[in-house]
Amino acid sequence: MKAYKIIVLAKQVPDTRNVGKDAMKADGTVNRAVLPAIFNPEDLNALEQALRIKDQFPGTTVKILTMGPGRAADIIREGLFRGADGGILLTDRAFAGSDTLATSYALGQALKKIGKVDLVIAGRQAIDGDTAQVGPQVAEKLKMLQVTYVEEVKELKNDTIVVKRRLDRGVETVKCKLPLVITVNGTAPECRARNAKLLMTYKRAKTVTELQKENEDYTTLYNDRPELNIPEWTVNDIETDASQLGLTGSPTKVKSIENVVLQAKDSKIISDSDSDIENMMIELITSHTIG
Amino acid sequence: MNNVFVYCEIEDGQVAEVSQELLTKGRTLANELNCQLEAIAIGYQLDAIADQVIPYGVDTLYLADDNRLYPYQTLPHASIIVKLFEEEKPQVALMGASSIGRDLGPRVSSALHSGLTADCTSLVIGEHYDKKTDTKYNNLLYQIRPAFGGNIIATIINPDCRPQMATVREGVMRKNILDPKYKGKTVKLDVSKYVSDTDFVVEIIERHIEKSKLNIKGAPIIVAGGYGVGSKENFQLLHELAEVLGGEVGASRAAVDAGYVEHERQIGQTGLTVRPKLYIACGISGQIQHRAGMEQSAQIIAINTDPEAPINSIADYVITGDIATIIPKMIKYYKKNTK
Repeated sequence: MKAYKIIVLAKQVPDTRNVGKDAMKADGTVNRAVLPAIFNPEDLNALEQALRIKDQFPGTTVKILTMGPGRAADIIREGLFRGADGGILLTDRAFAGSDTLATSYALGQALKKIGKVDLVIAGRQAIDGDTAQVGPQVAEKLKMLQVTYVEEVKELKNDTIVVKRRLDRGVETVKCKLPLVITVNGTAPECRARNAKLLMTYKRAKTVTELQKENEDYTTLYNDRPELNIPEWTVNDIETDASQLGLTGSPTKVKSIENVVLQAKDSKIISDSDSDIENMMIELITSHTIG
Repeated sequence: MNNVFVYCEIEDGQVAEVSQELLTKGRTLANELNCQLEAIAIGYQLDAIADQVIPYGVDTLYLADDNRLYPYQTLPHASIIVKLFEEEKPQVALMGASSIGRDLGPRVSSALHSGLTADCTSLVIGEHYDKKTDTKYNNLLYQIRPAFGGNIIATIINPDCRPQMATVREGVMRKNILDPKYKGKTVKLDVSKYVSDTDFVVEIIERHIEKSKLNIKGAPIIVAGGYGVGSKENFQLLHELAEVLGGEVGASRAAVDAGYVEHERQIGQTGLTVRPKLYIACGISGQIQHRAGMEQSAQIIAINTDPEAPINSIADYVITGDIATIIPKMIKYYKKNTK
C-alpha cells in the first residue's frame, strides 16, 4: 500500500469570533494582544482530512507548515498533539505586512524547499480575513492543480483521488491525479481531539527561539529526541526574491482603516409589555409594513 | 485595453445573478473611468448569452464556447482569463464572490501578480497619494470591505498592479439593465489558442446544483436569528412568526455555525444580502458583517436581552427582552389586529 507525504497549511489567527469590548484600542486599531490566538478552525478540518489518510495508509507523514510570529509554534504543537508528525515554522520580519499573494509566495517557496509532496491540504479560509485566497494562490505558485471546498475524500488509490466538494448551491464529486492542493470546507468533519499520549510525547516540542528563552538546559533531551525540535525557517532558509516578500511584494495596500462607528438611528425603545408590543404591531400594520 | 472587465458565471445557459449585478456596477465604474465595459463568458452553447449580457451596457463580450468548458473547472477557465487579460490588459476585473469566483479569482491574480480583494461591500473610484514615493495615483479602485471580524472597515487599493481585482457577493450590488438595445460587439475566442489539453485533468463524476428552494432575498419580511436564540428548538419560534407574517427565516453566521439553522439562510457579508420591508433581528448582536447584509432593510426590529447590542443602533424598534416572551406576543397581536 502506498504511503503519502502530506503538508497541512495552517495559520494561527486571533479569535475574531469572540471579540470583546477591549479588543479595540483608543486610537481605533485592533488590540491583537488581548485576543486569544487559535488554530484557524478550517485548518483543523484540513488537519483531520490529512490524519484520516494517515490512518488509512500507514507510513503516511503529515507535517504542518505555518507562517507567523514565534508564538505560532503553538499550532504546530497543537497539531503534534492531534497526530501530526512534525511541522515547520516560517518566521521572519521580512514576511511582515504580506497580503495573500506575498503570503502564498513565501509558503510556495517553503514548499519548494520541502520538495515533492503528494498533497498540500489547507483550510478553505482563515477567520481573520475570510479571503479564501491563499490555497488557490499557493497552488498557482507551484503550478499544481487545486480542488477547493472539499468536504470528504471519498477514495484514494495510488495517485488518484476522488473528493466531494461543497459548492454554494450544491455538491460536486471530482476525480483527479496527485499531486494536488486541496482546501477543506468547514462542513468537513471536525478535527479529532488531542491524544493524551501524544500530549506527553510532544509537550516539550520547541523551536530554537523558544529553547533559548528557557532557563533550564535541555540540550541532552533535544539531542536524544530530535522529534522535539520544531524547525524554524527564516527568509535565509528558503530561496526568495525580496521584491515578492512582505509589504513590498504585496500588490494590495491598505489605504485606510475605519473603526466601525454606528450611526445611531432614532430608535423607539419599547418594553416587552403587552401594550408596547401591541402598539408596535398596530403601527407596522397601519404603515403596511406587514399585513 | 485598460477597460473594466466582468467575468460572467454561467449556470444552465443563464448568466448568474451576481454577474448581472457586477455588470451593472462595472458599467458605472467604466463611465467614471471613461473607458469601456467588457465581459467574458466561458462555457458551452453560449449563443443566447449575448442577449442577456450586452443590455447591461457591455461594449465587448468575449465568448469561449467549447463542450469541455462547462461545467466550470479551475484550470481551463483560469488559462483563458489569464491569457485574455494579458492581451487586453484591463484596469479593473470583477468576479462574483461565489464558489466559482473565489476559486478562479485567486488563481488568476497569482498568475498575473495582481492584487485581489475578496468580498467587497463597496467599490468606488478615488485617488491616492503615496508619501514615501511622492507619487499621486488617480482613478484607483477603492475596494472596501469589513475586516478583522468586522471590527474595522478597510479600504484596499492596488496602486501599481493591474488588473485591480475584486470579488463581490451576490446581492451586494443592484442589477439594472442599461438599454435593451445597447450596441455591443461579440468576439468569439479560438478556444484552442487559450487552453491546452493538460488543463483538462479533473473529471467531474457527479454534480448536483440545487435551485435554491428558499427565497430569502425576495421575502418582504425576514425574521432572523442569531446565536442569542440559543438552540435549534428556539428557532422554531422564529419560523412560526415568519409563517404568520408571510416572511422567511434568516440567520447570522454565529447561528449557522452553531448548527441552529441551515447555511442557506445565512445573512451578512459572507452570506446573503437582503433588503426587505421589515427585518426582525432576534438574538443578533449585530456585528458589521451581519449588518452589511441587512442594514438597507426599510424597517428593523431588534430583539435582544442585551440593551447595549450594536444592532440596536440601526434598529427602528428596540425591544429588550427574551424572544420566548416577545415573539408569541407579536404573533398574538398581529392576529388580533389584522382580523
